[in-house]
Amino acid sequence: MIELSSNFMYASFFLYFAATVLFAVSVTGKKFKNKQGLEKNKAGLLGYISSIAAFLAMMTYFTTRWIGVGYAPVSNMFEYTTALGIAINLGFIIIYAIYRNNYLGLFTMPIVMLIVAYASMFPGEVQPLIPALQSHWLTIHVITTVIGQGILAIGFVSGLIYLVKVIDFNKATKKVKGLEFIMYTLLCTLAYVILGFSFGAADYQATFEFVNEQGNEAEINYVFPPIIGPNEGELISEQGINPFIEVPAYIESADLNTVLWSVLGGLVLYLLLRLSLRKPIGGAIQPLLKSVNPQTVDEISYRAIAIGLPIFALGGLIFAMIWAQIAWTRFWGWDPKEVWALITFLFYVVYLHLRLSKGWHGEKSAWLCVIGFALIMFNLIFVNLVIAGLHSYA
Amino acid sequence: MEKVKCECGHLNPYGTYLCESCGKPLKEEKGKVANMRYEGVARRSQTYKKSPVDLVWNFFSSVKVGIWIIVLLLVTSSLGTLFPQEMYIPPGENATIYYEQEYGLLGKLYYQLGFHNLYSSWWYMLLIASLGISLVIASLDRFVPLYRALKTQRVSRHEGFLKRQRLFGESNKIDNIDEEIQKAEKLLKEKRYNIRRENGNLLAEKGRFARWGPYVNHVGLIIFLIGGMLRFFPEMYLDEHMWVREGEHEVVSGTNGEYFLRNNDFLIELYDEEDEKYQDALSRADGPVVKTYQTSATLLKRTSDGTVGSETELEEIKDYDIRVNDPLTFEGFSLYQVDFKLNELSEFTFTLESETVDADFSDIEFTVNLNDPQKTFEFDNGYRVEIMEYFPNFIIDDNREPTTINRIPDNPRIIFEVFPPGANEDEGEISLIGIQVNEALNGENDHTIRMTGAEMVDVTGLTIRKDRTLPIISLGGIIFMIGFIQGSYWHHRRIWIQNREGTLLLAGHANKNWQALKNDFQLVSDNTHIPLPLDQTDKDNKGVSQDDDRTK
Ligand code: HEM
Repeated sequence: MIELSSNFMYASFFLYFAATVLFAVSVTGKKFKNKQGLEKNKAGLLGYISSIAAFLAMMTYFTTRWIGVGYAPVSNMFEYTTALGIAINLGFIIIYAIYRNNYLGLFTMPIVMLIVAYASMFPGEVQPLIPALQSHWLTIHVITTVIGQGILAIGFVSGLIYLVKVIDFNKATKKVKGLEFIMYTLLCTLAYVILGFSFGAADYQATFEFVNEQGNEAEINYVFPPIIGPNEGELISEQGINPFIEVPAYIESADLNTVLWSVLGGLVLYLLLRLSLRKPIGGAIQPLLKSVNPQTVDEISYRAIAIGLPIFALGGLIFAMIWAQIAWTRFWGWDPKEVWALITFLFYVVYLHLRLSKGWHGEKSAWLCVIGFALIMFNLIFVNLVIAGLHSYA
Repeated sequence: MEKVKCECGHLNPYGTYLCESCGKPLKEEKGKVANMRYEGVARRSQTYKKSPVDLVWNFFSSVKVGIWIIVLLLVTSSLGTLFPQEMYIPPGENATIYYEQEYGLLGKLYYQLGFHNLYSSWWYMLLIASLGISLVIASLDRFVPLYRALKTQRVSRHEGFLKRQRLFGESNKIDNIDEEIQKAEKLLKEKRYNIRRENGNLLAEKGRFARWGPYVNHVGLIIFLIGGMLRFFPEMYLDEHMWVREGEHEVVSGTNGEYFLRNNDFLIELYDEEDEKYQDALSRADGPVVKTYQTSATLLKRTSDGTVGSETELEEIKDYDIRVNDPLTFEGFSLYQVDFKLNELSEFTFTLESETVDADFSDIEFTVNLNDPQKTFEFDNGYRVEIMEYFPNFIIDDNREPTTINRIPDNPRIIFEVFPPGANEDEGEISLIGIQVNEALNGENDHTIRMTGAEMVDVTGLTIRKDRTLPIISLGGIIFMIGFIQGSYWHHRRIWIQNREGTLLLAGHANKNWQALKNDFQLVSDNTHIPLPLDQTDKDNKGVSQDDDRTK
């Protein structure tokens, strides 16, 4: 069952790719008109169909995995991040139905691909659930939350389109730098995925013996060549090189090493692109967007957030409270994960209230959408893996 | 203040700038487009600005202030996650030194600023209180006048009102205006607009109830906040803890001694390491992973026969398996599985022997219940053993005196006194006995007490919770969600079409999502001779959609 489910995941990849290509054709291809003067360029519609097919494939992955593992597959980083990818896809399907904007597809599909690929870097093994996690309310809470986040993410994509469209890339302003930084983080993720897959395919593994925080001997595994080594580490595997730097025991050296590889990989990718394009990446994309109506993408981003935030509030706060009341005896405990869900909610509430005033439409509002999504990702990655509270997956 | 009379005859409150009834602008305003914010009604905060009450009212009714309050809440909340809150530091740690020791200077600062208890600090409470006040005032300030205006609006609007709408169009080239309006009416009806007609003029309106969404959700939030506050009143909230040993019962605190809980059996089930399904994950985990914690419990109630001093009779109410995620609830109380202790000592069994005294000790065997020890043990052969002193959790204190930390038999030590037959009160042999401890205390002893057995039980730890604020908080949450969805998934749009002596006037207003309104106009113009209205903000807005400014 679990194997079957991974096959559907691979299949969806091709569909996402097809959808991206089709949306690209729809926005760059000539606007053929037939004799009645109707548009003949059906690529946008085909792209949409392809994205729906990808969604269905992913839902099949989801259901078969659910059956296979025996609980809702949203219980570890691999499963949750994958679910986020599916949810962004769902958000796109909803918003496209309202606005029929092909640019949205062109930007969303690659981002979904990137997120699903990123998810598959986490171990996909079946998790034995501890008692607190064996709850229907938890399932309802997590699934609703992820759907909310997926729709909110469309607000980010739309905001990104807005920014690439309106920012003047001829001057090296703060805005240009900010946008390039977003592109760079996307590239880092891409680099991480590419490197991870390559080293994974080559079965790379380096093992160290080291002295951990408690002062005990321990072993640590690296899946990337160790640039940064553990405290008093000694290489005990065949593969591997001697690290250049050694870090103190309280730092997770293997994780830091991975981050370093991603950051450097992203840098290489960015520089390569930058050199071959001879302009900022945003600036290179901008001409593609010449017929984008900024007012429409501005409205799309607001609409996505207006639709997504109630769902997020329901899942991330209200259902979360119901679950917490049953599992942890109180509906609210100021656990870091809870607090960060509240912060994300409050941030979007601020966004909604700022939009009540005129000066905060358009560009400022688009930046807020970007920050909102950054918060969601921060919640997913940093809070889960680094701060880690009661929900900690890893 | 005197009211303002419009030429249509409607009496408007002081401060109105678009007549509530016909929409005629009552004050000169800059710009092409009327400020439709709250229909141009008079709001207290915009009208009265003098007395101290006005100032407070105006301060809290401002959305700018509201936003600042939320931003402050958001930023301070995030600071509280930098290091764990006091309730999450390891039990037994002293906060005064813990933060500095774990997190250095920053930790010390964190502690000194009170961030280790951030969410119950007075200034965090103050922020939440201001949020509540702001919600109440901002909502009242807007809701009442908005409600009046939307209720009293007329179908026929003043020309000056229509011309100053963002979407406006006119045409005098239409032959039969009334017929075209008729067609538009039919189309808009199909699009589920509510249509009102008056003297041939048309007002099509849709989703007005969405305008109340924010107010409904704010009311929900206020109820939620009030519910949260009630927790600090007595009787509303109970948070207690109880330990129950297997086979024993304990009173459920908070129930006035009325309810008891018996622990029939406590059980922990682990995931099977051999299970193929979990093998990968289990091999990665640090130790065994728990599958279930469960207390098989019986809830008991004191029967009310009421005679003082009589043996309390306990009646069995119900049996329940309490598990994580599955508490036992009764009469507003919930008992949660939160903790446990395996293998707590419960009984020691001893025998007596002697190498010097020739007596028959084979009958001497006695058991000490470590939670409720019997004081004296007498035997048929005349021997007597007394417990002089019992330390359930033995320790030598700072004054070098033996004492006990608490009543839990984690490290039990017993001082026994053995009296052979006929011995006087002061002739007992004294010895101190515990696990792997057996010391004579008054010189050489002829007799030795030997421990031959120890019994252990599992103890379950339960949290007793009663929270009477839950119904209020749930009500607030439900109202909040209803309002949130009401205001977010629908939106208010209006279309006016009027026939003014052979000229067709056309205007539209939405308070957000203009694209949808424009699509509706497109539909009308595609199927009638009515023209598309122009977006009067198109030229001077640089790709920025303009809703009404509702912050002021
Ligand atoms: C956590 C607290 C709050 C939440 C969750 C909340 C939620 C909302 C939502 C969802 C809307 C609708 C926005 C839209 O449709 O785009 C709204 C509107 C509004 N909120 Fe709040 N709000 C909060 C606090 C406040 C505060 C403190 C104020 C005080 C100034 C305020 C004043 C307003 C106003 C004036 C509106 C517009 C009402 C209208 O359209 O007629 N809100 N609020």
